[in-house]
Amino acid sequence: MNPRATRPRRLRRLLLVLLAVLLLGGGSLGYVLHARHRGLPAAAADGSFSLAEPGLYYRDSATGRVARHDGAGGPPATGGPACERFHAAGERVLCLRKLPGIPARTQALVLDRRLREIQRVTVPGIPNRARVSASGNVLSWTAFAVGDSYAATGFSTRTSLLDLRTGYLVKSMEDIPLTIDGTRYHAPDVNYWGVTFAADDNRFYATVSTRGRTHLVEGDLRNWSARALRENVECPSLSPDNTRIAFKKVSDDLAAPWRLYVLDLADLREHPLAETRSVDDQAAWLDDGTVGYALPGREGRADDIWSVPADGTGRPRLLVPGGSSPAAAN
Amino acid sequence: MYLANTGRPDAPPRPPGARRRVPATVIALGAVSLVTDVSSEMVTAVLPLYLVLGLGLSPLQFGFLDGMFNGATALVRLLGGRLADRGGRHKRVAGAGYLLSALSRLGLLLADGATAGIAGSLAADRIGKGVRTAPRDALISLSGPPETLGRAFGVHRAMDTTGALLGPLAAFAVLWATADAYDAVFAVSFCTGLLGVLLLVLYVPPAPAGASGPSAPAAPPVGPTPLARTALRDPAFRRILYAASLLGAATIGDSFLYLLIQRALDLPAALFPLLPLGAAAGYLLLAVPAGRIADRVGRRLPFLAGHTALLGAYAVLLLPVARPTLAVVPVLLAVFYASTDGVLMALAGPVLPAHRRAGGLAVLQTGQALARLLGAAGFGAAWTFWGRGPALGTAALALAAALAAAWRILPASPTAPDTTQEAL
Repeated sequence: MNPRATRPRRLRRLLLVLLAVLLLGGGSLGYVLHARHRGLPAAAADGSFSLAEPGLYYRDSATGRVARHDGAGGPPATGGPACERFHAAGERVLCLRKLPGIPARTQALVLDRRLREIQRVTVPGIPNRARVSASGNVLSWTAFAVGDSYAATGFSTRTSLLDLRTGYLVKSMEDIPLTIDGTRYHAPDVNYWGVTFAADDNRFYATVSTRGRTHLVEGDLRNWSARALRENVECPSLSPDNTRIAFKKVSDDLAAPWRLYVLDLADLREHPLAETRSVDDQAAWLDDGTVGYALPGREGRADDIWSVPADGTGRPRLLVPGGSSPAAAN
Repeated sequence: MYLANTGRPDAPPRPPGARRRVPATVIALGAVSLVTDVSSEMVTAVLPLYLVLGLGLSPLQFGFLDGMFNGATALVRLLGGRLADRGGRHKRVAGAGYLLSALSRLGLLLADGATAGIAGSLAADRIGKGVRTAPRDALISLSGPPETLGRAFGVHRAMDTTGALLGPLAAFAVLWATADAYDAVFAVSFCTGLLGVLLLVLYVPPAPAGASGPSAPAAPPVGPTPLARTALRDPAFRRILYAASLLGAATIGDSFLYLLIQRALDLPAALFPLLPLGAAAGYLLLAVPAGRIADRVGRRLPFLAGHTALLGAYAVLLLPVARPTLAVVPVLLAVFYASTDGVLMALAGPVLPAHRRAGGLAVLQTGQALARLLGAAGFGAAWTFWGRGPALGTAALALAAALAAAWRILPASPTAPDTTQEAL
């Protein structure tokens, strides 16, 4: 209430505010309309793109669409479907997309290698992990549930399993009977994530987290049961020959919280891989001797795909700049 | 009307809580805070989703980022208070803080997902928030006579909370309209933030002459005596600081409180956000009445009563009550905030001389914030080691003891004119 503010000055001030509201409001509206017009990235793949050819498929960070890496060093084949997470094996492709709006929802799109739609399932949460069994018959995906007090309460995950042979769908596997240390385990806070399937399309491995610890569980799809094998194992990934599991393990190094390891299932001995950076990804086996994984990208790229030998020797190699969700198809 | 709260002897004795208009400065600052909170809460509401989805940041990293910036704010706040007192530059310092926060949205927009850019923008936002808080509260406390400050702060906090409630709604509306274009949220937030700065520039008058005038040396706090020490030298202010810090150290933090309710009720995750929303709505409704009561009966009683309400919330969670009874916990929390937050500023403001007010309030806010941080950390550790029940029981005992101590420490009637005069 400035006494010096006479009537014309007040009027001028009011006009200035109105002008600013119009300008800023118009700018906001314009941006929103522009963003709305821009809309979703092209959901469907270009007609020319398919997963028929063997090669390394991945999600291209720049476009958000699936692409194929040409091993010879030529330009990648682009124009696949838009996915946040992607995996493919056998005859099936699994593409996780975040549906617009709040609360977050994930759409799991099951396609064949010609990218024809087989099935689609919607679950709450944001896309996190995707896996297809070697035959393509069984699929699993994980979505993050995000709350407001995300940091305070930690996170929760919801893992779904889909058997295409029977059409049997489990939207959240948290009720699977679980055995830890030989006794049946009951707790309200069990969270599963990062499923990987064995060649028999029945046995699977996953991470379960409860009371602040993570365990590697071995599951049986037909008998619908799971038992914990080992502590501190996250995001298991079974090798093509089904003898070893690549996983990430929490290290004491706060700067690099997750390190890549390989566990030999025959004697349950583990060894670290040559990658010393923190890997927050479910590794993918490119062949029986190599694993691929995504790391935060260099030079402004969102992520890069790296590979490292599975026996702990050698050193990491930059495989695809600007990519994530690697999946080797043959 | 610059009725600086010098306790003018010629000021007619008004009946407490008189039907007097709320100073235009308070309304203007309230409007600035409302618009700014819409802008900042828009971003806060979508940030976890944006970081985790857009950036693939893990929840662990996000929590770390958030905590680090919150800690740094405390120091910046002291600096903001000190700068504002130098030559009475409250408006300019607060304006710079608002502008920095508004510009940080532009940073988010231009960062385009690059981690360093996002971290820098978040840091700029927190610095802006830290810098502006104390000068703004000093401006409110300098805007009217001391006996109406409770209501003035109540009005400001109510407007502020309104903005905080509208922000997430605006953000979700933008996300809905654009099919999840987070950059559109940042753009709208930027425009809204700029409007807040403009409102401040046009409608908030600079600090009254008493805050920098000849009564105070040109730049008193510069030199060998740090500002904090000069404010701390005043015994009445020191008592308020001790009491607020003591009580702050016995609070367990909102997120723990909500978590306790969630555990007790086994609340579905989708309903979880309703708890803070309910408490904020209650705060919004109660802020002005609580401020008026504080003006009538003195600020000491409501401040202590507010903490008693918090103690009540602990008790409800400790006792084997029926589950619907737990619904009173957010209500008690709203009472707690309404009768302590603005009221504390109204309690301390008049005790501090005008030219040291921003710095003094900054010390008080920082002391309280650090004490609360300590309290929450202690409660977290107690929960881990002793379990939920014993930890909460201990917290309740600590709060009861702190209340008893604060009852003795706090000056009986710091708003009485003679006390004010003395402090000046």
